[in-house]
Amino acid sequence: MLGVDWHGLVTGIRAAWRREISAYFATPLAYVFVAIFLLVLGIFTWDLSRFFDTGAADLGPFFYWHPWLFLLFMPALAMRLWAEEASQGTSELLLSLPVSLSGLVIGKLLAAWTVAAIALVLTFPWWITVNILGPADNPAIALTYFVSLIMAGGYLAIGAAVSALTRSAVLAFVIGVLVAFILTAAGWPLVSGAIAEVLGPAAGDAVAQFSFVTHFETAQRGVLELRGLFFFFGFIALCVTLNTLFISQRRGST
Amino acid sequence: MLELQNLKKAFEDHVAVAGLSFTLQKGEVLGFLGQNGAGKSTTMRMIAGVLEPESGDALVNGHSITTARRAAQSQIGYLPEGAPLYRDMTPLTFLRFMADAHDLRRSERKNAVDRVIADARIGNVTGQPIATLSKGYRRRVGLAAALIHDPPVLLLDEPTDGLDPIQKRAVRALVARMAPEKAILISTHTLDEVPAMCSRVIVIDKGHIVADETPTALAESKPGGLEEAFIDLADSREAEPC
Repeated sequence: MLGVDWHGLVTGIRAAWRREISAYFATPLAYVFVAIFLLVLGIFTWDLSRFFDTGAADLGPFFYWHPWLFLLFMPALAMRLWAEEASQGTSELLLSLPVSLSGLVIGKLLAAWTVAAIALVLTFPWWITVNILGPADNPAIALTYFVSLIMAGGYLAIGAAVSALTRSAVLAFVIGVLVAFILTAAGWPLVSGAIAEVLGPAAGDAVAQFSFVTHFETAQRGVLELRGLFFFFGFIALCVTLNTLFISQRRGST
Repeated sequence: MLELQNLKKAFEDHVAVAGLSFTLQKGEVLGFLGQNGAGKSTTMRMIAGVLEPESGDALVNGHSITTARRAAQSQIGYLPEGAPLYRDMTPLTFLRFMADAHDLRRSERKNAVDRVIADARIGNVTGQPIATLSKGYRRRVGLAAALIHDPPVLLLDEPTDGLDPIQKRAVRALVARMAPEKAILISTHTLDEVPAMCSRVIVIDKGHIVADETPTALAESKPGGLEEAFIDLADSREAEPC
């Protein structure tokens, strides 16, 4: 159907996912990532957002930081996905395998996404705490967690695609953070407001629609917008396509 | 089993492979010789599907590497130059990954892994991180990975590079054992190995075939034997602009 090599796709996804999960957990990388993420998110929520001072059974101060932390942490998680393959010469091994390139790209992304999901799951004490503080809107919290996970996939997709452009994981991280920052800050009232003042309200709104924050804020209000889901999944699909294209170009120039 | 049809690759400033054509049959072990930069590795990368040919094709068991890449790649065992491996994995987890990537069934996987561990003689290091292995062991892990799906065509780029004499002998013995059932293309710099391993030799220079002989015929073509013949042939062509 549609000329897609499903068998090669599934084989590639499975092999790459297993390989990357093994790479994350064979070294301290995943453990350190999860620990630092939880620590920083905890400090920001507790200290900067004064979580307990609000006196509300609301995880808003906790979710507020997600886009801002993701823009740093997700490129860090994804930076080595393809850059390391190039620097260690293993991309030659990967390209010689009888699997679909898109499958490898998706499998690697899903592995990083799995680590991000584990980090999010381990924030459950915040959810329990908010229920102890008072009656919480648990369906809205569950929805926000869900959209947060999808958003994490968007940030990871940026990091993975950028990682395919370079042999240096550090450079991939820096460029990944920069791109992620632009896509986050575009929805910040300070930025969209400034654009609206200079180019008009329509331009400000249009720029804000390309921001992760805009679509995440809708979910934080307990509203599941299909437009938001389309945005995130469409963005991830775009990044996966670009990532596949960048890797396939190695076939022409290795 | 393997048929190259006018395979060509040019990079920005030079022609790396200038329309190579040859066939390789089951039971043949072809020594692919040439000096550094002659186009050996580029040719092997194109056959393995790592590099896209600019023109021409390679048919692997009838499957075109340009139009049916996955089918062609499933027929090939490829040991790249330098045997790049995932250093954080152990040989066992790496071989399981390769078995997954070749879509071996769960029931076949264990047998395949056990078989190649025995063939490559790496049983004593299967649980050790690859990063801690010697160059020789890493090469043997790469060789084991190339054999995991029991492919009919083997492409071995410098398979004995970095091995000690005992390990080299073991690789030669392994190649000899596999030779009757496979078509094997070996790139090597070590001329001494050619008569011991290969039934046929192709010498390339600047992307062109300059000799296609048996090792004996090539050695007898010059008083100085194989080495003199190789030196004469290996730089016999003028460089070709792109």
